Amino acid sequence: MRLTGAEIAIQCLVEENVPYVFGYPGGAVLHIYDALFNQDKVRHILVRHEQAALHAADAYARATGRPGVALVTSGPGVTNAVTGIATAYMDSIPMVIISGQVPTPAIGLDAFQEVDTVGITRPCVKHNFLVKHVDELASTMKKAFYVATSGRPGPVLVDIPKDVSQHITEFDYPKSVSMRSYNPVNKGHTGQIKKAVQMLMEAKRPMIYVGGGAILGDASHLVTKLVKDLGYPCTNTLMGLGAFPATDPQFVGMLGMHGTYEANLAMQHCDVLLAVGARFDDRVIGNPQHFYVEGRRIIHIDIDPSSISKRVRVDVPIVGNIIDVLNEMLKLVEESPVSVDALALKQWWQQINTWRERQCLKYTNSTEIIKPQYVIEKLYEATQGDAIVTSDVGQHQMWAAQYYKFDKPRRWLNSGGLGTMGFGLPAAMGAQLAFPDMPVACVTGEASIQMCIQELSTCKQYHLPVKIVNLNNRYLGMVRQWQEILHGNRYSESYMDALPDFVKLAESYGHVGMRIENPADVEGALKEAFSLKDRVVFLDFLTDQTENVFPMVKAGAGLTEMLLGAEDL
Amino acid sequence: MRHILSLLLENESGALSRVAGLFSARGYNIEALSVAPTEDPTLSRMTIVTSGSDDVIEQITKQLNKLIDVVKVFDLNEGRYIERELMLVKIRAEGTDREEIKRTADIFRGRVIDVTDRTYTIELTGPRDKLDAFLEAIDSSLILETVRTGASGIGRGEWILRV
Repeated sequence: MRLTGAEIAIQCLVEENVPYVFGYPGGAVLHIYDALFNQDKVRHILVRHEQAALHAADAYARATGRPGVALVTSGPGVTNAVTGIATAYMDSIPMVIISGQVPTPAIGLDAFQEVDTVGITRPCVKHNFLVKHVDELASTMKKAFYVATSGRPGPVLVDIPKDVSQHITEFDYPKSVSMRSYNPVNKGHTGQIKKAVQMLMEAKRPMIYVGGGAILGDASHLVTKLVKDLGYPCTNTLMGLGAFPATDPQFVGMLGMHGTYEANLAMQHCDVLLAVGARFDDRVIGNPQHFYVEGRRIIHIDIDPSSISKRVRVDVPIVGNIIDVLNEMLKLVEESPVSVDALALKQWWQQINTWRERQCLKYTNSTEIIKPQYVIEKLYEATQGDAIVTSDVGQHQMWAAQYYKFDKPRRWLNSGGLGTMGFGLPAAMGAQLAFPDMPVACVTGEASIQMCIQELSTCKQYHLPVKIVNLNNRYLGMVRQWQEILHGNRYSESYMDALPDFVKLAESYGHVGMRIENPADVEGALKEAFSLKDRVVFLDFLTDQTENVFPMVKAGAGLTEMLLGAEDL
Repeated sequence: MRHILSLLLENESGALSRVAGLFSARGYNIEALSVAPTEDPTLSRMTIVTSGSDDVIEQITKQLNKLIDVVKVFDLNEGRYIERELMLVKIRAEGTDREEIKRTADIFRGRVIDVTDRTYTIELTGPRDKLDAFLEAIDSSLILETVRTGASGIGRGEWILRV
């Protein structure tokens, strides 16, 4: 079959069973858009800004586990997309990005809308390709999907010059791909796994710490089985929420900078720590010197060898596919001649329960002013804990993570690594397309939402009835919090003045807008919003401006050096 | 500690910038880097001289291995190896200096590869220390220009780096 490069690009998406492409047309991709026009297998979602195309495709991947696909033009199309590419890269999200490029003879001549796309994106992609000849296009697309979805996943960009998309060649999509320079590991080292299981069985104060890798690797059920079989305490990272159910009594809450008192203390005081698909990053374990405890042994399962012993030295590294490794571990636990030390475990749980009694997430509710935590609790109730929740970045993100109890994986979509404001709304669109019948809530703030607010238009066009839960405190809340705690209450540029009337704004896009100022109205408004199943509802909650996120570990401090409330300031 | 890393990578445009970009993005030291295609034209061989603690070197090798274009990474310091660097040095050679410079070059087994009535250009190969020692042996005011390739390294005996 002889096809143009543009037709080949689209055919490759069909071969990869890609249902949606999120994108924005422009000069260098006109042939590709022409090829899209002439088929009906791949549906294109026209966003209002390329950043949103990336976030929406990214969230589609996070929600489904399938690679997200975005299509942007050269030059500004690509530079607008970079934030979204970096967001996906930091959170290891499988994506394929197709970008247009100026025609090959014009490359390097500062042509109109030319940028060095491969150069600009190189540090924030898993890999990228510039396709110089149409004959290479199909095999390159195959490689792109393979690299993006295997090993530690990540975004892969394919840059297609305009003439390449115009040229014609014989199309033959490769069935398989092999690259001598890329062979991701699967099976973990059996000896190491045995050692790990033995260490786990002998533990007196065990702790299981689960990260986003467990969700990306679709291993939540195995993590849950392991934690339940052993009876050990478990914490999830921000990226790992939902990997182990939050309503289970063995869940001690999220850990880290805004983690629970009990989770952080258990991390520090355990004698055997099992890390599953987590990477000991600065927001999770704080200062690595402080985190070090003499005698505590650490087992680390990760698919990426470079994640192991990067910030924290570990005793038993296991590099491998999480499903294979956990299956092997579960089998060994079952066959283990030694059983867990029940007495030691009982004492350990007593200790943890004492920590729990601090009730570190307790807050003082008010009848006068809406507390943001209360909104999240009511959101949880209104959706029976079964919505897909996206968020932007800041205080609202942390409150959503702390107060919405995620029991299932792929329900909590947020930019954990890069911390990208503007992620929430386009992410909600991607998730809603993936699951048209599920309630999707975007928890956001009045600052974050304005970074991609233009997507209200996209929601209208494609009938994506997401619910926007805007915790409006008229501040860049997290910046304000740090300024209060670390910069002597000097609130430098952290207020949000001249805000739009979000109700009218929503209405102007054809959506439903609600402003909620009274705590008594929170529950009713949420119920009403979620009953409007086919409408976008923008819920603008005017919340307490002074509320801070606690517990809090200051940047650079030790994990146990927590501020538990205003009394600690 | 100083380490010599030997890499085989796909001989493709952009491969070099991926390696160089990795070092600058992650703040790793890079003392020297040399690269050229191998007997298999689809592969390039790169030698990187770097330094860092054992932890840093471990991260560097892991991060290099993660690059899709990198086929293999060897830390030559893990075994016995030979290191050579080529230097071309142009020296002001006039009057009584001429004989002295020639003699010093002979001692270091350097070869004079270009001569004018006022200059010598000397070719010298060896490990880094030897090239440094030669430069120290010459009056620094006479050194007009030096060009060094950076180290190339290869394992001894049966220790062979190939795909």
